[in-house]
Amino acid sequence: MIDLYPITPCAGLLPIEVGAMRLTEVDAGTITSLSPYKGRDDALSDALKAAHGMALPAPNRATGKDGNRAIWFGQRQALLLGPAPDAALSEHAALTDQSDAWAVIRLTGPGSADVLARLVPLDLRDGHFRAGHTARTDLMHMHASLTRISAQAWQIMVFRSFAQTLAHELKTAMQGVAARGGV
Amino acid sequence: MRIEGKGQIDRTRPVSFTFDGHRYQGFAGDTLASALLANDIRLMGRSFKYHRPRGVLTAGSEEPNALVTTGLGPAQEPNVRATTLELHEGLIARSQNRWPSLDWDVMAVNDLAAPFLGAGFYYKTFMWPRKFWEAVYEPVIRNAAGLGALSGEAITEKYERAWAHCDLLVIGAGPAGLMAAQVAAEAGADVILVDEDTRPGGRLNAETLEVDGMPGADWAADLADDLAALPNVRIMARTTVTGAYDGGTYGALERIAPDMAMRPGAPLACFWRIVAKRCILAAGALERPVAFQNNDRPGIMMASAVRAYLNRWDVVPGRNVAVFGNTDDAHRTAADLIAAGVHVSALIDARHHSTTDLDVPFYAGAQVSDATGRKGLEAITISRASGQDKVQADCLAMSGGWNPSVHLTCHMNGRPAWNRDIAAFTPTEGAIPGMVTAGACQGDFSTRACLEAGARAAAEVLEGFGLTLPHVEIPKAEDSAYDITPLWAVPGKGRAWLDFQNDVTVKDVKQAATENFRSVEHMKRYTTQGMATDQGKSSNVVALAVLADATGRGIPETGTTTFRPPYVPVPIAAMGSGAQGKGFAPERFTTSHAASKERGAPMIEAGLWYRPSYFPQPGETHWRQSCDREVNMVRNTVGVADVSTLGKIDIQGPDAAALLDLVYTNMMSTLKVGRVRYGLMLREDGHVMDDGTCARLGEAHYLITTTTAAAGQVMRHLEFVHQCLVPHLDVRFISVTEQWAQFAIAGPKSRALLDDLLDAPVGDLPFMGYGDVTVDEVAARLFRISFSGEHAYELAVPACYGDALFRELLTRAEALGGGPYGMEALNVLRIEKGFITHAEIHGRVTAGDIGMARMISAKKDCIGKAAAARPGLVEEGREQLVGLTPVGAVKELTSGAHLFNQGEEAVRVNDQGYITSVGFSPTFGCFLGLGFLKDGLSRHGEVLRMVDHLRGVETLVKVQDPVQFDPDGGRVRD
Amino acid sequence: MRISCPICGERDRREFYYVGDAVALNRPAADAGPEAWDDYLHNRDNLAGETRDLWYHESGCAAWVVVTRNTVTHEVYHTELASDVREAQP
Repeated sequence: MIDLYPITPCAGLLPIEVGAMRLTEVDAGTITSLSPYKGRDDALSDALKAAHGMALPAPNRATGKDGNRAIWFGQRQALLLGPAPDAALSEHAALTDQSDAWAVIRLTGPGSADVLARLVPLDLRDGHFRAGHTARTDLMHMHASLTRISAQAWQIMVFRSFAQTLAHELKTAMQGVAARGGV
Repeated sequence: MRIEGKGQIDRTRPVSFTFDGHRYQGFAGDTLASALLANDIRLMGRSFKYHRPRGVLTAGSEEPNALVTTGLGPAQEPNVRATTLELHEGLIARSQNRWPSLDWDVMAVNDLAAPFLGAGFYYKTFMWPRKFWEAVYEPVIRNAAGLGALSGEAITEKYERAWAHCDLLVIGAGPAGLMAAQVAAEAGADVILVDEDTRPGGRLNAETLEVDGMPGADWAADLADDLAALPNVRIMARTTVTGAYDGGTYGALERIAPDMAMRPGAPLACFWRIVAKRCILAAGALERPVAFQNNDRPGIMMASAVRAYLNRWDVVPGRNVAVFGNTDDAHRTAADLIAAGVHVSALIDARHHSTTDLDVPFYAGAQVSDATGRKGLEAITISRASGQDKVQADCLAMSGGWNPSVHLTCHMNGRPAWNRDIAAFTPTEGAIPGMVTAGACQGDFSTRACLEAGARAAAEVLEGFGLTLPHVEIPKAEDSAYDITPLWAVPGKGRAWLDFQNDVTVKDVKQAATENFRSVEHMKRYTTQGMATDQGKSSNVVALAVLADATGRGIPETGTTTFRPPYVPVPIAAMGSGAQGKGFAPERFTTSHAASKERGAPMIEAGLWYRPSYFPQPGETHWRQSCDREVNMVRNTVGVADVSTLGKIDIQGPDAAALLDLVYTNMMSTLKVGRVRYGLMLREDGHVMDDGTCARLGEAHYLITTTTAAAGQVMRHLEFVHQCLVPHLDVRFISVTEQWAQFAIAGPKSRALLDDLLDAPVGDLPFMGYGDVTVDEVAARLFRISFSGEHAYELAVPACYGDALFRELLTRAEALGGGPYGMEALNVLRIEKGFITHAEIHGRVTAGDIGMARMISAKKDCIGKAAAARPGLVEEGREQLVGLTPVGAVKELTSGAHLFNQGEEAVRVNDQGYITSVGFSPTFGCFLGLGFLKDGLSRHGEVLRMVDHLRGVETLVKVQDPVQFDPDGGRVRD
Repeated sequence: MRISCPICGERDRREFYYVGDAVALNRPAADAGPEAWDDYLHNRDNLAGETRDLWYHESGCAAWVVVTRNTVTHEVYHTELASDVREAQP
């Protein structure tokens, strides 16, 4: 008898709470990379809309909602988070299963943007990086995806193997921000 | 001495601290310098070279003299400026560069030897014998000279780095900066206002000036409070902009307030990178000293500092103060002192035309030419045409005029221009793209002019943003003219200091000029003028004026040295925060990491990954025992190793095969679905880049693997080839390295293990075959490939099952007499088999060098093919891959050792090759090695000398085929 | 230094990997001869002034970008996708 039990990337690492800020692991469901073939962006977007109810996100944008979201993920690349991909999508795009490749973390609470300002070189001001915006960037030498879910909620993704380093970096930054007060 | 006053200290909050072991008291709001002066401590340090007694010179970050060491143990921080060190409860400060005490310093003997220690002394004196340079001279000199010292222990405090972004960065919160920030903020721009002080206001905090009918400091505080309440304004106090960089990026060091820094998790300082569309520099100006004989006596300080201590901190630095200057600031200083009830013993104005209404002994057209009082000023000598007067004074406030703080404008090679009207350098326009200068740093020295300049600069910036200029009233403020008669050095015989921190005198600069170091940059390096921690903030302009005089040129022709970042010292700990120890690089862990650690496996770094070296069993006391056992295990039963760290790239699309044919030397378009092929990639220059496997999962779907080390490089290369060379190809690829946990199951019993484990038996999967399988109903991928030379498989499951599968594999392998194997055994297995790693494909080898010339397909082009055919890469005499085994008295091989023909000297010209990989082979009972040997393919059977100069190992080695184990490959196919 | 990625917008230099002269886009034909290949692989001008070089937005969107900039002033004049540049070539 075999029992292949699953373990999530951040098992034993999260949640972490510092002040009013909270770091939790997100069960994103199935994660699928969608890379439209030449000239098929619109067709893929239509298929995505038909099957999953959201358009293919433009660069630096995310579409959909919790449990059913599409995040722009690089040149000619988006991630579908939540549902298993509809078979029709593969007519227009290269699909790969990425469900286990990423540590998906959510940072919430007042001061979250200040925490991220210690880790990523992005302009995260409210007027510039709004809810629904996303970016691929460098997070303390890790290739990361950062998506603003709402005013005080952010989704951070790095390769699964980096989960421990990511949790450590975020915790350190959270403590630094919390110590300055006001959160 | 502390006096009653209206300063900005909180007298309800006394603060105790120690300096050189003595306990003192100050108040919240004090700096260490103001608190020491309040306690009548004038002697605060010793100079760098001559160990001269020194007192505080300034009240700001430009301070050259009052440097102290704070903290104990790992927290010890040297060269902290007492003038910016916020007093806090429990502060422990020590003076520096003295032994045994500040008051009595043995090395002060240097001062007596001063005639021999002038500019260039070291270069001229410590020349022979040459071998003494490093062994004797340097340690002795370094011990005698120098400022504070580090503890030598790793820091335990926290530092931070952070990013900030804005439309407009305003540097300096004096009248100009505040005004600029107000105008820009009211127009709706996103503004960051930074100031290095603890409170906004700049000079307004140190003067008795009024703005808008109220005390200047109050006006500044009120305006700053109003601005801070706006959502589009961020005020950063205690933050010094240290550098201006490309693209509107500025570096800034924020010191955390002491009470905040003591909270758990809080940093001591934060190094900011501020990205701004535009910048207004309102950094103010620094007062410059006058060079005269013994002008470094403790008690002689800048007039601006005397007013700051008096007006801001209610401290008078003396009971009998003389004032010396060449602008109206001297008069302002005397007036402030008199108003505070301090006795002013003399007001000396170098300007002949000056007059005063003040009731003080007044000397117009006069200069201070000497000072006495070794550990504290006692008297000054005043010289004028009519003769000399000696006047008692325990403090001299001196002013040679003001230097605009042009430093940041020089950071991108900007050259400030000489402004004759104010006898100072001012920034040239456009020195930093996007930066406008305003206020005193631009040469506007009245309060009103600064306010106007700030508003004007903001208007200019807003126009660029397309924002409407709001109506903002410029407040009323003094608008007096700046009347200066330049005065650099007072003629005289003795030593007159220019650079207090590095002990550079007028004489030194003149000597440099005499010895033909006439360029300002040469003079600087010869005399060390401006090269200490203060970077010559107070002294550079005076020094170059002296040089100009000595060389008979004007100041504009002489020019300035270039100010470079950082504006103030920045702890490396701040810039490198988070990068100490393991923070230096992120760590990558495989899904089997926990299980491997539980089995006691020591981990070895492979790039960012951590992989198990070996799995020790009870009774094994040396890693070799474990390694030998694991090798035998794979050869005889079955071993399991985590190979998830190898790069895996999923490639799909109608043109997938075409892209692979271009990047691999061999043909991948002919690979059948369900089969795997070994592949070699070259760099475009013809050398081997990486090797790996390529599996065809579907007609238009491939999965390739890379080595662990080159995974990132190969991905970058694929993107390059696709985007930059063949963008017309319709192909998409993405890393799936982390999606799959992949394990090698190697050895004669590997198939038995898998047949039992998988939901369906392996069946007739051939060597170099691929198949979709299930384990516990989980979809998995099975590859029949081998890096050990044994019948072997690699099984990949979604990474979430990695931990479970690894443990299951170990249990089953152990039931078959096998178990896990680590990197050491993996290495020996592949050396026995002659398989290469990046130890062999190290960047200088060709496909031919590793015996794979035939892998470059003649039927198609590929990256690197043209260059690989160049004569130099195919000619005879190249070093080719060989196998090696020891046959001499020493039965060991070492990697890195070189090969020589027997009978030839082991020197470079006789070099025949080198060893890249070695391991003890339990299979053959001897060491085996791989290496490169000139024309090695045709030299199998020769015996050569192996010499490892580094480790002192020498033996004889026999050259043989790299493939020692199972050369026919029957075991992998079986 | 800031580089404007045609896809992601202006970003800090640390997100990019620098490779060198954009001549890398002009790969010679396999039989172009040794001189053409030497020029492609090795021979580079080292101008003080305007250069066109290739940067890879490695921790961003993975686009290869042709950056036209000035090596003296460090000004970045403009950026374009390498794939666009390549496809526009004959």
